[in-house]
Amino acid sequence: MPYQRAKFYQVGSFAVGNRLLAPSERTVQSSLARTNSLTSGHRACQGCGEALAARYVLDAAMAATGGKVVVVNATGCLEVFSTPFPETSWRLAWLHSLFGNAPAVASGVAAALKAKGRADVRVVAQGGDGGTVDIGFGTLSGLFERNDDVLYVCYDNQAYMNTGVQRSGSTPPAARTATTEALGPEPGNVFGQGKDLPAIAMAHGIPYVATASVADLHDLEYKVERAMAFRGARYLHVLVPCPLGWKSATAETVRLARLAVESGLFPLLEAEAGEVVAVTPLRHRVGVEEYLRPQGRFAHLFRGAGRPDIVARIQQVADRNIARYGLVQEAGE
Amino acid sequence: MRQIEGSQAVAEAVAACRPEVVCAYPITPQTHIVEAIGAMVRTGRLANCEFINVESEFAAMSVAIGASAAGARAYTATASQGLLFMAEAVYNAAGLGLPVVMTLANRAIGAPINIWNDHSDAMAVRDAGWVQLFAEDNQAAADLHVQAFRLAEDLSVPVMVCMDGFVLTHAFEAVEVPTQEQVDSFLPPYEPRQVLDPDDPVSIGAMVGPEAFEEVRYLQHAKLVRALEKIPQVAEEFYHSFGRYAGGLVSPYRTDDAHTVVVAMGSVVGTLKDIADQLRQKGQKVGVLGITTFRPFPAAAVREALWGARVVVVVEKAFSTGFGGVLSTDVATAMGPLRAPIATVVAGLGGRPVNAASLAALIEGSERGSLEKVTFLDLNRPVVDRELERMGARRRSGPSAENMLRDVASQAAAQEG
Ligand SMILES: Cc1ncc(C[n+]2csc(CCOP(=O)(O)OP(=O)(O)O)c2C)c(N)n1
Ligand code: SF4
Ligand SMILES: [Mg+2]
Repeated sequence: MPYQRAKFYQVGSFAVGNRLLAPSERTVQSSLARTNSLTSGHRACQGCGEALAARYVLDAAMAATGGKVVVVNATGCLEVFSTPFPETSWRLAWLHSLFGNAPAVASGVAAALKAKGRADVRVVAQGGDGGTVDIGFGTLSGLFERNDDVLYVCYDNQAYMNTGVQRSGSTPPAARTATTEALGPEPGNVFGQGKDLPAIAMAHGIPYVATASVADLHDLEYKVERAMAFRGARYLHVLVPCPLGWKSATAETVRLARLAVESGLFPLLEAEAGEVVAVTPLRHRVGVEEYLRPQGRFAHLFRGAGRPDIVARIQQVADRNIARYGLVQEAGE
Repeated sequence: MRQIEGSQAVAEAVAACRPEVVCAYPITPQTHIVEAIGAMVRTGRLANCEFINVESEFAAMSVAIGASAAGARAYTATASQGLLFMAEAVYNAAGLGLPVVMTLANRAIGAPINIWNDHSDAMAVRDAGWVQLFAEDNQAAADLHVQAFRLAEDLSVPVMVCMDGFVLTHAFEAVEVPTQEQVDSFLPPYEPRQVLDPDDPVSIGAMVGPEAFEEVRYLQHAKLVRALEKIPQVAEEFYHSFGRYAGGLVSPYRTDDAHTVVVAMGSVVGTLKDIADQLRQKGQKVGVLGITTFRPFPAAAVREALWGARVVVVVEKAFSTGFGGVLSTDVATAMGPLRAPIATVVAGLGGRPVNAASLAALIEGSERGSLEKVTFLDLNRPVVDRELERMGARRRSGPSAENMLRDVASQAAAQEG
């Protein structure tokens, strides 16, 4: 990332207390002028990472565009919990059509704006991991390939949460879901499956791809702002813990999001035109066990004698990410 | 008047309606329409229009949904498998009340895959909440598109213009192509009822529970019922602007004194008019009722046109598997309890030529009560029977379509040899 990260370690979380920063360096979230794009009163579970991320992302997009954002939302938790009509939590122009077509609908909105010469209005599409990596994959790939002027944001909670925590193409190995129960000799989700959507997005050669975490607000906002500086198709993949599906404590959402990054399981990166241009190095690397243990969906790995063999395989996944993206700088480098 | 391919005439009519977003995914026999529009966008003849080559029909309808919700006039075209592939979005466009206009180049649905004309595709989405108009010829096809945008935008409902694949899309006929001036005076710019506007943000497409779902659906129904009034008005206005009649609910032909009325939709209506003339020369009072508006179903107009009929024959290019006629059921319901006997003739499936002689013979016999409730025109019964035999004789009798095709081929070879 091209900007100088402020280093304040006093909260033990690497988070930066806003009051310690110059006003110009503060987050959009800390500003009274933020849009509150997803305002309070919605029906998300306590500690919902998706709700948090959606507000962060859209407030940043609104700030970056002078409030000229139109949002297209796929079916999923975010859509369901935000619009129990006649109430709506959206304080921006918002359209929900179907589960698998948000990218195409967004392409349509972008085309309409182009035909009308409204270059000032920008389009953001968003959906869960199921809506993105599985059912909406075809339409998303079409959007990427045509390089339509849309920022697509995937809020990845690693399962179909809205329908009761079923496995998606983004569910990690060994995770228990309602369709990959923690039963048998290989409990939870199968190893060696699933899609790396940021890499697939990069393979389309689109102008900008980034991954982000709800645990790093500065970085997340920076990436949204950066994305809005490009025209064409852009993809942002945000890891969002889900207390219900992950069987984690509601207060743990941000910590788990951070541990996912620090363990190497969820690398933070930016890519332009298909090439990685920046990664967030791990300043404080942790073993995967620290990330897995607090989550009930991995409880079968630690019950009784536990399954150190499976934990070791997950550690291999993290190690591979770290090596692949150079997340840990060797001493003397 | 120009001698012009149906698809080209429709493309020019659509272009004259100044669509702002056109999305295209190829499927025979729709291709020539969107290709021609794409070319007009390229040359600048159709300005301020985004032509998008999407990756599927599901995307085509979804792009149209997004464009329409953002305030643009949106158009697409499809057929058959393409319509089914986009089915979820077809319902969605109607549920959201978005005035998308789509051409359906009617084609059979597989399996077995078949690129030729029938109406099973249109029937598959008849309950989706779209207005469905059927063109009898290419003049009607061109004119109906101009009316479709008017109707769609006046009522905020999507409109599908159905034209028979190949029979119309690929036929060269003399057509009075709507001119830009005429269309401009008839069709005002699109003013959406609901629009995605950052300066006046609304949420569109919210979840609606049991407390209001019925009301939302009822309103959708009420809008289509209103279309029954609107469609004749639009046709009337069209007549004043263009000097020719097109559209409307039904098109009766010599029905006033008819004892037998044949009901049908699409290009087969032309054939039936010829048959009616022919049978009248022989002294049989036959009339034809073309259904131009299939959804909403013009029950009152149908009832009125069939009032004096002693026999009603419905010729359909589709049927409800395991039951019988689709249009026939609607006609029967419209006629009410005092109705004349209705017979269904299923004809022209998968592009099977509608043999005028066999059809005329059926209609001729209908007054004597010789028609069965459901007749499949020119069905090769021996081929079907032999396949049924094979199926009875052996558990693993193989794929039926291929078996029957082989049978038909060997029959043909035997005849030649
Ligand atoms: C075509 C279709 N198939 C299935 C569903 C049911 N469905 C609605 S939301 C959902 C899960 C959404 O999962 P995801 O996209 O990961 O979002 P999350 O709820 O986890 O945020 C499913 C399966 C649907 N609405 N439409
Ligand atoms: S189930 Fe998960 S994603 Fe859905 S609202 Fe609850 S915490 Fe959020
Ligand atoms: Mg999910």
